[in-house]
Amino acid sequence: MVAVLDVTELRCPMTWVRTKLALERLDPGGVLEVTCPPGEALDNVPRSAREAGHAVTVDGAVVRIVRAR
Amino acid sequence: MFRAAARAAVRAGEEAAGVRKALEGAPTQAAGTLSPEELERYSRQLVLDGWGEAEQVALRESSVLVVGAGALGSPVASYLAGAGIGRLGVLDDDVVELSNLHRQHLHLTPEVGLPKVHGAVARLQLLNPEILVEPYQVRLDADSADGLVAGHDLVVDCSDGFDTRYALNAACCRAGVDLVEGGVVGYGGLVMSIRPYETACYRCAFPQAPPPGSQPTCAQAGVLGPVAGVVGSLQALEAMKLLAGLDGALLDAFLQVDLASAAVVRVATARRPECADCGDES
Repeated sequence: MVAVLDVTELRCPMTWVRTKLALERLDPGGVLEVTCPPGEALDNVPRSAREAGHAVTVDGAVVRIVRAR
Repeated sequence: MFRAAARAAVRAGEEAAGVRKALEGAPTQAAGTLSPEELERYSRQLVLDGWGEAEQVALRESSVLVVGAGALGSPVASYLAGAGIGRLGVLDDDVVELSNLHRQHLHLTPEVGLPKVHGAVARLQLLNPEILVEPYQVRLDADSADGLVAGHDLVVDCSDGFDTRYALNAACCRAGVDLVEGGVVGYGGLVMSIRPYETACYRCAFPQAPPPGSQPTCAQAGVLGPVAGVVGSLQALEAMKLLAGLDGALLDAFLQVDLASAAVVRVATARRPECADCGDES
């Protein structure tokens, strides 16, 4: 099952706060798809997720994150 | 282990909230989750690696007693209130004096002569209306310590006398309540975290108080405000680590800071079987 999160109405750092907390609720290997607003968040959310060790792919405004640990 | 359990609790809380929401048809805040206001308020700690919803909820469900609303109590209570401790007791039987204000930033000049807990509690409650701040305008001594410690998850000692310090250590040992010790004088101070019966208590590390008259009190020796700020901030941080289950707390050790020379020393200590407060015979 893929968890989804829409942060298009939020600004940094709340975009990452919501994403991080949603990832905490997943088991390792779980998938989260985050819909981001264009601009800063679309840069920062994937970067923060990668820095936290997760696998990340970006497709348009959707950031797909596979929880690592 | 703690984090796994806390995460499970968050999930269970979410499921329970979902059930309640379906039943009531109205939005509810789950027991183990944070409200949108809390997410915003605590966002700069929630973004940290190693700090998340489980740790924040652990703080919200904690009850902490800060003993002393003075030089150490000011930063301790301010940071703990801001961090989101759910129930924060502030204990002090003293009134504000003009000579307090250089180091006790919970109090203001117009409050000179008024009980310290009054202004302090009002200010802390304004700082964070999401939590409950409770005033205790009483003196903590050997007779009252047990009753005052009861019902709290953790005590932070911000008092300025050895009688209070040893009474509090003994009471926390009897109750099995975690304790963060702290003291400051002149340009230096000391911080120590205690998990009774698991790690060294204050009396294990310092079996006897200095003889009366040998140790300068705060009033005699003086103290620079920022020195108390550093020590109090360390105490608040230790309390948060213990409550949230983070690694790296000052257990079985104390930190001695000499801020005149900017030197910090971590001194290892250990439980003593003959300790009067937590030893085999206690």
